[in-house]
Amino acid sequence: MAETYIARSTKIAARNLGGEMMIMSAVDSTFFTLNPVATVIWQAADGKTPLSQIVSEQVCSEFEVEPEQARRDAEEFVSQLSQHGILLISDHPLSSDRPATEAP
Amino acid sequence: MREICVEIGGVPILLRTPDSNFRKLIEQRYAGFVGTANNAQSSFDIDFLPVGASRAEVPAETDDDGPSIVVKHDGRKWHFERGDFHAEWHAGTGQGRIALAPSPYGIDAILRIVHSLIQAGQGGFLLHGASAIRNRKAFLFSGVSGAGKTTISRLAPPDATLLTDEISYVRCESGKYFACGTPFAGELAALGENAQAPVERLFFLAKGAENRIEPIGQADALRMLLRNILFFADDSELVGKVFRTACEFLDRVPVSRLTFYPDEHVWELVQ
Repeated sequence: MAETYIARSTKIAARNLGGEMMIMSAVDSTFFTLNPVATVIWQAADGKTPLSQIVSEQVCSEFEVEPEQARRDAEEFVSQLSQHGILLISDHPLSSDRPATEAP
Repeated sequence: MREICVEIGGVPILLRTPDSNFRKLIEQRYAGFVGTANNAQSSFDIDFLPVGASRAEVPAETDDDGPSIVVKHDGRKWHFERGDFHAEWHAGTGQGRIALAPSPYGIDAILRIVHSLIQAGQGGFLLHGASAIRNRKAFLFSGVSGAGKTTISRLAPPDATLLTDEISYVRCESGKYFACGTPFAGELAALGENAQAPVERLFFLAKGAENRIEPIGQADALRMLLRNILFFADDSELVGKVFRTACEFLDRVPVSRLTFYPDEHVWELVQ
């Protein structure tokens, strides 16, 4: 099965506030608040690490969640954010453009 | 050409019109906010649209500028359009032109847009909300329509200086935030005082059976703040700036929910 690679769009503004990752699309001003699991995936979205590896090495190790459930949730989350142009998805590694993300 | 300088938030904007009556109308509309032209960094030449050229009747003044106004940047200039006006403005040179139906409502809307763009570049913003100075400290009261902006303004005690009941003006200077008076009036139909003070606290208003102040989580505060910042332009760079400005404001200014029963006792909590 082909791997999925994810990278943060450069057309966003993001900030960790009070432990919650807040993201705003600079394209359509859509606003998102990520839960802790989604935040881990978001922060790991470097375009180089496969989504399956992010789920197994970071999500499943930090949260009590079944691997299959974690994979399904991650794919749904990634799909949702990609529809708003917040995350970029590819079946091959993506270039590491610096995202417009501020440090927490 | 007759000139008049309207200065809001310490930002003077020069308006030039060939019509002395219109100049007088502007002078009356912005009484208390008329400055000197010497230091104006932006100026607009005003022409009137031919009779019948405006698409719609002059709109009543409302707290909702958003849907009917188009604000675009063509890479060189900003363009603002509504049924009763169109305007262009070069942010770099500060020069602009306005064609409008002869009513101050169009000028009001254009000034709000220009100030929101200027402040977006300077770390400030315009906010849907009332504001007042008490004990040399400024308090902002924001919220959705009906939350109580006009009500709390009407209940303000004599020692409070009302800056606006409708559109608050927040300026950032050396990392500190100041609220400034504006002539943008809501239902109270009264111009704010042309004064300013450091922002002490932002309240999001709600009406209730009793008066109480509650904390708001940072994420909710950011969401509510962004919802109430006036921002017209569909411009990705400015959207990012406004987002960062909102975050920085929340880093420095306490935000609370103020639920209030509409009588004067609510101001016992605001000082």
